[in-house]
Amino acid sequence: MAIFLTENSKVIVQGMTGSEGMKHTRRMLKAGTNVVGGVNPRKAGQKVDFDGQSLPVFASVQEAMAETGADTSVVFVPPAFCKAAVIEAIDAEIGLVVVITEGIPVHDSVSFWNHAESKGGKTRIVGPNCPGIASPDKSNAGITPADITGSGPIGLVSKSGTLTYQLMYELRDIGFSTSVGIGGDPVIGTTHIDCLKAFEEDPETKAIVMIGEIGGDAEERAADFIKAHVTKPVVAYIAGFTAPPGKTMGHAGAIISGSAGTADAKKDALEAAGVKVGKTPSETANLMREVVQGL
Amino acid sequence: MDLYEYQGRALFARHGVPVLDGGVATTPQEAVELAERLGDRVVVKAQVKVGGRGKAGGVKLADTAAEAQTHATNILGMDIKGHTVGKVMLTVTADIDSEYYFSYLLDRANRTFLCIASTEGGMEIEEVAKTAPEKVVKTPIDAGVGVTPEIAGQIADQAGFPAELREQLVDVFVKLWDAFVAEDATLVEVNPLVRTPEGKILALDAKVTLDENADFRHAEHAEFEDKSAVDPLEQRAGEAGLNYVKLDGQVGVIGNGAGLVMSTLDVVAYAGEKHGGVKPANFLDIGGGASASVMANGLEVVLSDPQVRSVFVNVFGGITACDEVANGIIGALQMLADRGEDVDKPLVVRLDGNNAEVGRKILADANHPLVTEVDTMDAAADKAAELANKEA
Repeated sequence: MAIFLTENSKVIVQGMTGSEGMKHTRRMLKAGTNVVGGVNPRKAGQKVDFDGQSLPVFASVQEAMAETGADTSVVFVPPAFCKAAVIEAIDAEIGLVVVITEGIPVHDSVSFWNHAESKGGKTRIVGPNCPGIASPDKSNAGITPADITGSGPIGLVSKSGTLTYQLMYELRDIGFSTSVGIGGDPVIGTTHIDCLKAFEEDPETKAIVMIGEIGGDAEERAADFIKAHVTKPVVAYIAGFTAPPGKTMGHAGAIISGSAGTADAKKDALEAAGVKVGKTPSETANLMREVVQGL
Repeated sequence: MDLYEYQGRALFARHGVPVLDGGVATTPQEAVELAERLGDRVVVKAQVKVGGRGKAGGVKLADTAAEAQTHATNILGMDIKGHTVGKVMLTVTADIDSEYYFSYLLDRANRTFLCIASTEGGMEIEEVAKTAPEKVVKTPIDAGVGVTPEIAGQIADQAGFPAELREQLVDVFVKLWDAFVAEDATLVEVNPLVRTPEGKILALDAKVTLDENADFRHAEHAEFEDKSAVDPLEQRAGEAGLNYVKLDGQVGVIGNGAGLVMSTLDVVAYAGEKHGGVKPANFLDIGGGASASVMANGLEVVLSDPQVRSVFVNVFGGITACDEVANGIIGALQMLADRGEDVDKPLVVRLDGNNAEVGRKILADANHPLVTEVDTMDAAADKAAELANKEA
């Protein structure tokens, strides 16, 4: 098992014919992902060749689903058109949309989130501005490098891409069930809590590593959730202990404003929930290694 | 991007929100001309993106144009909590009967927008929420529906605004929502929203934050950019398309990915505790593809910071292969030398992930006198901090 994305997932790529879409579709295929086609209304009916594998381009998500049985879409559509692309996927009632696109206006993210909710929440949204989901040795939907680590008992949820890779790399001897990059934007679909809940229910996952960063209160809310609902061991890392207030550090979400949202506040909340918090990525990896050895 | 009050006020006026007549001045001479045009008692307000300007003496009433000039002279150049005042806003004054609070903002946790309204305005809304929570009414706004006159009316009623103001308030609430959506704002705050003795509603302050991700559909927002307030290194980095934030330490930091760079700042700060208290000098995320030219631009910006004494290049090769990064670093040093830049600060490089072995070998073979390769993030941070302390 894994969460959200398994070897049975059938993946389509919205924006497959663009340069990022092409590059990462090739990488996803190489990682063993069952990519079954792409969507681009202007190129519908064409075929795209990926190292000998020919993938069809469909006019719409709905058509792609009808023709291929796809249940997952990965979105590489540029920011200006991303809202329409995600809403199209929601209207087609696809089960999972992974939005890789960076730089989407927050009014657009709120719009497609509200739209998904008004449709009864049938579509899980991951992202935007995220590396996607990787279930090693099974499937990879997004841009997470597939060769860092193999499968194993650790579940990972993170706001940050490269920090995810760093932790996966440090714990590659143990391996991961699923790694979910939920994205660094102020408004995201799937949250830390959604992933914690899914990992708690996933039999393959034995321990969970959670990576957060300054800004907002998602980690504090995750701490409350862990206290009440998570029985598996959780190890956490928070980036931005030394970040000065009022400066945005790359991620739109990573800004400290006022007293809430500091790394210390998040650490305290997590520790109060029984979570071990590492000061650095390597310390976090060591804490996780101890946890896994004790299982 | 946070707007100055005068910019927010102009934006309100553009959307039909009632504001007081006024303008902005950058010199005492402009202030006196503006005061003469306004022709009445005016208020002179320092334009800074920080609270507490009233207490700092940055808000003054003037009965004559000469008095406005005096106040402008005193306020311009004033330092308010580290912000130098470069502009003053002058407006006519209004008699105030009641002060209210009103805002629309992004509610991250609930992934929606929120309206906050209170009849207790004029002070910090956080204070009101603490002392009289029942007076602060929060209403989630469905982005698909927006703020219709009906919803605006419900907000006015629930917050306990006087019934005789309802019609005017509904109009103002709807117009503020229109501004919030049309301008891609994440915050529109009016504190105070006032009622004059004649029963007129006016926005006496304007706090607006715009979403920079939406700049592609708002060419007109470029006018709000405040080039004078931007750190020159940040501006240079911005022009090169780099995500750079100036800090005050001695160890320059370059990495790929915002989270990893933020984490690098922490690791450097911890390492610095053992090496004379040196700290990170900047945040610089070079993003996914660390080509030689991107690396060269990054290095150039970091090395031109006179406070920098050593540089830590921390890269995890995910999509990017480390051999490319290693070639990028060597190429960048060559490129900077060719540009005639003085490169004399030590570089500590840590490469991990995709093709790390090959990358490390490239660095070893190049044997550049300024470059030290260290295998782990913690040890590399320690080395960079040590070098920064030694170079002092």
